[in-house]
Amino acid sequence: MLGHVILISAQVNSRSGVSLLESVTFGAFSEVQRTSSSGFSSVRNVWNRYVRLRHVEAENASLKRELDDVKVQLQERRALADRARGLQTLLDLRDRSNLQTTAAEIIASSASPDFRTLTIDKGTLYGLQSDMAVIAPGGVVGRIVIPTLRASKVQLLIDRNAAIGALIERSRAQGVAMGSGDPRLRLEYVSETADVVVGDLVVTSGIDGIFPKGFTIGSVDAVEKSGPSYKRITIKPAVDFSSLEEVLVVLTPTPIHQPAEPKNQPAELKNQPEEPKHQAEEPKRQADAPKSQVDAPKRQADTPKHQAEAPKPQAEAPKPQAEEPKPQTEEPKPQPEEPRPEGGRE
Amino acid sequence: MKAAGILLAIVLALALQTTIARYVARGTIAVDLVLVVVVYVALMSGSVAGLLTGTVAGLIQDSLSTGLIGIGGLAKSIVGYVAGIVGTQFIVTQPLPRFLVFFVATIAHQAITLGLSVVLGERPFGIPYAAIAGEALANAVVGVAAFQLMELLPGAVERRRMGKSRLRR
Repeated sequence: MLGHVILISAQVNSRSGVSLLESVTFGAFSEVQRTSSSGFSSVRNVWNRYVRLRHVEAENASLKRELDDVKVQLQERRALADRARGLQTLLDLRDRSNLQTTAAEIIASSASPDFRTLTIDKGTLYGLQSDMAVIAPGGVVGRIVIPTLRASKVQLLIDRNAAIGALIERSRAQGVAMGSGDPRLRLEYVSETADVVVGDLVVTSGIDGIFPKGFTIGSVDAVEKSGPSYKRITIKPAVDFSSLEEVLVVLTPTPIHQPAEPKNQPAELKNQPEEPKHQAEEPKRQADAPKSQVDAPKRQADTPKHQAEAPKPQAEAPKPQAEEPKPQTEEPKPQPEEPRPEGGRE
Repeated sequence: MKAAGILLAIVLALALQTTIARYVARGTIAVDLVLVVVVYVALMSGSVAGLLTGTVAGLIQDSLSTGLIGIGGLAKSIVGYVAGIVGTQFIVTQPLPRFLVFFVATIAHQAITLGLSVVLGERPFGIPYAAIAGEALANAVVGVAAFQLMELLPGAVERRRMGKSRLRR
């Protein structure tokens, strides 16, 4: 009887044309499926979110390690990039200037805190000689005082025995920048009528025969005046000497080391004394020098191109300077004979 | 053997001075590790050892510098000798007295150096009070730390030996 009823009802279609039996059966079973699926999902979630956390923890630790490795690699790459950038800056400086230079790495500093020197990793083997100028992208660093076969000692500008011919770029006032053992330099022998204000850029004058003309020494940090004369002018060096890693040594011979002789000069003229000629040319050259650099401050302020152009006059300078006396950097003692501002010395 | 140890200490101090000091000490703060070694030797071994150490170390340091050779040697000899006398005449076993000895020794060293420079006609320069005070402070700290370290090291080795022997029993 029941079988008949089921058989008959199985053939009854619903309004949508689907068998009523199938519809009821599927509807009822789908609810079972939904329940079971929900239960299974819950179990699976519990498994994934709690029981399998051990693996997540391990994976997390592994990822952290990888992240640490990547961070270290990133730092290494950054350090390499910094080094490459520094070397690129040196190369740029080398390209800008017409000077023949060689790059050197700093391997040590001074043995005594009272003196400011550096040791570089190149010496006479690479053509380095005493009194060669050492520069960096920021400006002048110092000069070589003791070259050995594979290393050289560089006397920094801030060493208390160092001095360098200097020039206020804006007003062209000349003086001698002297180290005092402090991080600052002093500008001495500046004319009373010279125009010097705080912030003025100080560049090399080139008269010492060691440093190429026009390279940055620093900026005027303080100016003290008593009456008409300058009591004290302090210069903040452009180079941070404590963070130097590489420098350029200027190999271009200076007139002090190798008296320059014109290549196309006849042989018979080479042995003739040229001192009078040089002396005659010297005033003219000095008179022309400020004129030729009238635009220099503007160029320096606008673009680093200035440094590329500045050394050019220096390339011609050796000829007249060949017979000049020893530069002021060498011998500080003769300096007191020059006009000296009141209270210029401590 | 002792002389070799002192020579090694001087060389190590110079190596550290020329390689690490420029990264550690900046601005007005500077440290003279060679002077620290001289005063240390003087306090530990007496005035004669201090005198000889100061002479050798100062001359080596002078030869590596740009100034007149002998000024630093003479200054360090005097400081080493006097520090040695102080070490034998007074009880200098606590950190504070040692700090004072290093501090005063540095100032005396600078005073002698500057005085000799003036007497010998070197270019006059101002007295860098801040730099001298900074160096004296740095030398004193490094000197006291060196003493503490040297005193702790043998004790640590001894304690480790004792610990091992107890474990064996």
